[in-house]
Amino acid sequence: MGIKTVSMVVLAAAALFATTTLQADEFTRADLDLWQSQYQAAVKKGRQVFTDPGLGTNGVVCAQCHPNAANTHPETYPKFQKQLGKVATMAEMINFCIMNPLEGKPLALDDPRMIAIQAYITEERRGVPLAPGKH
Amino acid sequence: MKSFNRRDLLKGAGVMLAGATLPVSLIEMAFADSSRNFTFAYISDSHIQQIKGNRFVRNWDRGLIRAVAEANLMSPRPDFIFYGGDIAQLGKKAEIDHGLEILSGLRDKVYYVMGEHDYYLDLGEYWRSQLGPDHYSFDHKGMHFVVLNSILTYDDWTHNRWASGEERMGVMAGLDDHRGSPFMVGAKQRQWLQKDLAKVDINTPVTIFSHSPLQKIFRNWNFWTEDAEQIQALLKPFRKVNVFYGHVHQIQYNQIGNISFHAAMATAWPWPYPQSNARAESYLPKLTVPMNRADPFFERDATGWQYIDIHSGNATMHFSLPDNAPRTVAFNPATGRPEDVTYQKHRIPPQFHY
Ligand code: HEC
Ligand SMILES: [Fe+2]
Ligand SMILES: [Fe+2]
Repeated sequence: MGIKTVSMVVLAAAALFATTTLQADEFTRADLDLWQSQYQAAVKKGRQVFTDPGLGTNGVVCAQCHPNAANTHPETYPKFQKQLGKVATMAEMINFCIMNPLEGKPLALDDPRMIAIQAYITEERRGVPLAPGKH
Repeated sequence: MKSFNRRDLLKGAGVMLAGATLPVSLIEMAFADSSRNFTFAYISDSHIQQIKGNRFVRNWDRGLIRAVAEANLMSPRPDFIFYGGDIAQLGKKAEIDHGLEILSGLRDKVYYVMGEHDYYLDLGEYWRSQLGPDHYSFDHKGMHFVVLNSILTYDDWTHNRWASGEERMGVMAGLDDHRGSPFMVGAKQRQWLQKDLAKVDINTPVTIFSHSPLQKIFRNWNFWTEDAEQIQALLKPFRKVNVFYGHVHQIQYNQIGNISFHAAMATAWPWPYPQSNARAESYLPKLTVPMNRADPFFERDATGWQYIDIHSGNATMHFSLPDNAPRTVAFNPATGRPEDVTYQKHRIPPQFHY
């Protein structure tokens, strides 16, 4: 390999580095750790809300009827819910269960507890294929 | 085998409940000599839950009140009623008292088995003070009945882990709480059982009542009894054995050797089948045709009671489902196992349990 080719390779490499610093980088360990810790904190909080007798008004908790969040089917949403007469999100069914078996007040969709419940439910179902619209 | 029609059994029920269906399991035992056939009702898992003072969770109260009202309308009368455990949610006196007050409306003799929700607050002290021993046996129309307390666990877990009875009860009350511990009958009661069975002729049909299944289905939710095989071994010499259990809040049935197993629905709420927990392996008996998923918009759906007919020591279990066609699971002498009289042969495509 001549001197000329070597310097071209060096130049090309330099150009490559220059562009990659301007474009998206690999995720860093710090990014991954942050996402994971934030998400796991939501999952943990979700489990607490799921077993919190203070969520409704009668002391009943979600886990009483949904052990390991079974029969909540996050993978099937959004879907047509006959009794609601429309395509609903899981949050609406969560509020339905808060208002009925728990005799409580519905949560705002951006209430951190609502988000946490969804994180916990979905975490328990990880690995199950999406089945939107199914029951 | 005589087939009962729910309407015959519950004369007047429709008037009172406006065509509603039933949260009871009625069980008929039948013999060649039909004078020995009889029926008993099985009510289970009412989970009476105190909110505060004299306020209790309405939904669970309603389930039990309905079962009592409907069992009282059965005609002909059942020979007795069996209560399958978990009267209370957190084992409190107030909950047991409130549950027993509702159950005191029953017009027939009631036998009780201990559930974990009745036990882990005070280790069953209050329950026993009201209802007597937690394991006992009796004879009825040529059959031998045994009641076991199957929800005990390792001594170390019971006695050395928890700051208070409330904490211990709270952990055991959470079906999916990983700090829980597997149920068992234990060596002491097994010895008692062995002695009790020693005086029973092997041709006498034996019926066992326990709260947890005396077979292993799903350990994580305690659909399980740790020493199930040892109990089954004690029952093996008998020509015919039936085991009835509560705890699982759903229809299950199975045949292991000479033993037919039948689970009862709860009056409080239904549970998902173990396979709907995607992250763990479970062993629902292949024989069981699952019940339909519950409709959350109808709070009594998939709850109920059952009645049981006994024929020749074999049991026919009638499940009354509020929002679905009633189901009957009967012993089929040709196959030697309990089968759903409608769905076993012509299995309709089952509802997918996502
Ligand atoms: C009295 C028992 C009971 C309690 C308590 C309860 N649920 Fe439900 N819930 C049900 C039943 C029964 C269904 C219907 C299950 C099915 O479709 O298989 C259901 C359905 C759902 C669904 C929709 C499932 C689907 O397939 O569409 C979600 C989500 C849900 N519940 C979340 C919750 C949450 C969160 C709580 C606590 C706030 C809760 N539930 C408390 C009984 C209960
Ligand atoms: Fe129960
Ligand atoms: Fe139980």
